[in-house]
Amino acid sequence: MTYDLKLRIWRGDSSGGELVDFSVPVDDGEVVLDAVHRVQAVAAGDLAVRWNCKAGKCGSCSAEVNGRPRLMCMSRLSDFPQGEPIVITPMRTFPVIRDLVTDVSFNFQKAQLVPAFTPSAEQPQAPFRMQQVDVERSQEFRKCIECFLCQNVCHVIRDHEENKEAFSGPRFFIRYSELDMHPNDGLDRKALVQDERGLGLCNITKCCTEVCPEHIKITDNAIIPMKERVVDVKYDPVRFFRRRAARR
Amino acid sequence: MATTVEPSAPAPTAVRARAAISQRTLRNDRWWLNPAITAGVLLSFVVYATWAAFQNADYFARPLISPFYSPCIASVCESARQGAQHGVHVPTVGIIGTWWSISPALWILIIPLTFRFSCYYYRKAYYRSIWMAPPACAVGEPHSKYTGETRLPLIMHNLHRYAFYAGLLLNMILTYDAVVAFRDTHDRWGHMSVGTLVLVVNAVLLWLYSLSCHSCRHIVGGRLKHFSKHPVRYKAWGIVSKLNQKHMQFAWVSLIFVGLADAYVRLVASGTIHNPYIF
Repeated sequence: MTYDLKLRIWRGDSSGGELVDFSVPVDDGEVVLDAVHRVQAVAAGDLAVRWNCKAGKCGSCSAEVNGRPRLMCMSRLSDFPQGEPIVITPMRTFPVIRDLVTDVSFNFQKAQLVPAFTPSAEQPQAPFRMQQVDVERSQEFRKCIECFLCQNVCHVIRDHEENKEAFSGPRFFIRYSELDMHPNDGLDRKALVQDERGLGLCNITKCCTEVCPEHIKITDNAIIPMKERVVDVKYDPVRFFRRRAARR
Repeated sequence: MATTVEPSAPAPTAVRARAAISQRTLRNDRWWLNPAITAGVLLSFVVYATWAAFQNADYFARPLISPFYSPCIASVCESARQGAQHGVHVPTVGIIGTWWSISPALWILIIPLTFRFSCYYYRKAYYRSIWMAPPACAVGEPHSKYTGETRLPLIMHNLHRYAFYAGLLLNMILTYDAVVAFRDTHDRWGHMSVGTLVLVVNAVLLWLYSLSCHSCRHIVGGRLKHFSKHPVRYKAWGIVSKLNQKHMQFAWVSLIFVGLADAYVRLVASGTIHNPYIF
């Protein structure tokens, strides 16, 4: 069934912008990204939108639909009440380039700060022999498609631009966790992630987990285990005294 | 004649700003409902627990003792009781001397309150619903500055595992209380009342809440790099991980039930209701 869908899309750039109303015909079974493409086709040929796979696997079409961070290609129109306009805006946390396209280079800068996998002294060179039970925990984190919705929704930087310097964000905390859980990684990043990458700024409100399109349990399986590992080396008084006694 | 072209400096990256959206949120669902309910339940419990803790009366009705007052570690337990149970001997572990004349519950409640306050689930619950940092996902928070858990007092959350250890001790004592509740009012074994069931369910829920804790998951096996070298701990980690998925549910049910257990013992001890025996 075809019907007319009302859309309110944020249009503008760094210097300013506003929500612009559109009405386009859509079909049952379509997604928000289809409707945005229809707007491009029939009403605003210069509307900027980043997209690629239309299958929820490339992480390109991240935006905010009715105020909620989501992939436009995975947002079915049937999930929204007919007759009410759908509001689409760019991700708030990152600088806007134009319309729905944001500059996500903040994330690439943070990615460069992650010390790479460093083989342990036990197996310094590939091929590494590892048991499946030892690697399957961190395989969950490899599902990340780098849509950066978790980075966008995290209030630590969404509401406090000044924290961007000190905070790597949930996407990179799962990377630190993945490396720390790796059975053949020999580099200790616990103090680094706490002191210089802002793990302590996270207050576990689980919004990153809520918006993850890959359903990675970011908070429960990565951030909290990483916080507990940091406690082991930085805040555990029993271990502190045990280490001191062992040194003597 | 060849001319030399000076390499031009790379163009400076444009300093871009965020999209100018003035609204705090564009969410049009009832995002405020969940934090409102959470705040309501949490604050109701705090009000009830504070009131109950300061009552210093009606917390023991042989063989039932309120979980808010167990173990009764103050000598005042034996001497300062009031109400319908006045004169009844309360099992006491007199660690705190007679100098402490206020309610003994204030000592005991330190442990569960610290455990729950530093719990990873409750942190989400009260940061969202009470502190509003943030009130809901993609809803702007009202604070102009945010330092998270990087400085005092919130950095103390990192000692959650010690509250967990203390909570385990308390669970053992409350389990003991549930076991000794299989007696009648004359201390004869082999009887069970509704109050016994209340204390048993309370102890089971508290164990489930404690064992599903994220710190427990880490201590049991989460801190390991090689599960394959520790098969028993890996198995235990798997079990705790399954429980951990229900940690939120255990947190709420055990919180509400511990309040109900105190209320039941209080009503029996004050003579308001009778504690019916099943056998």
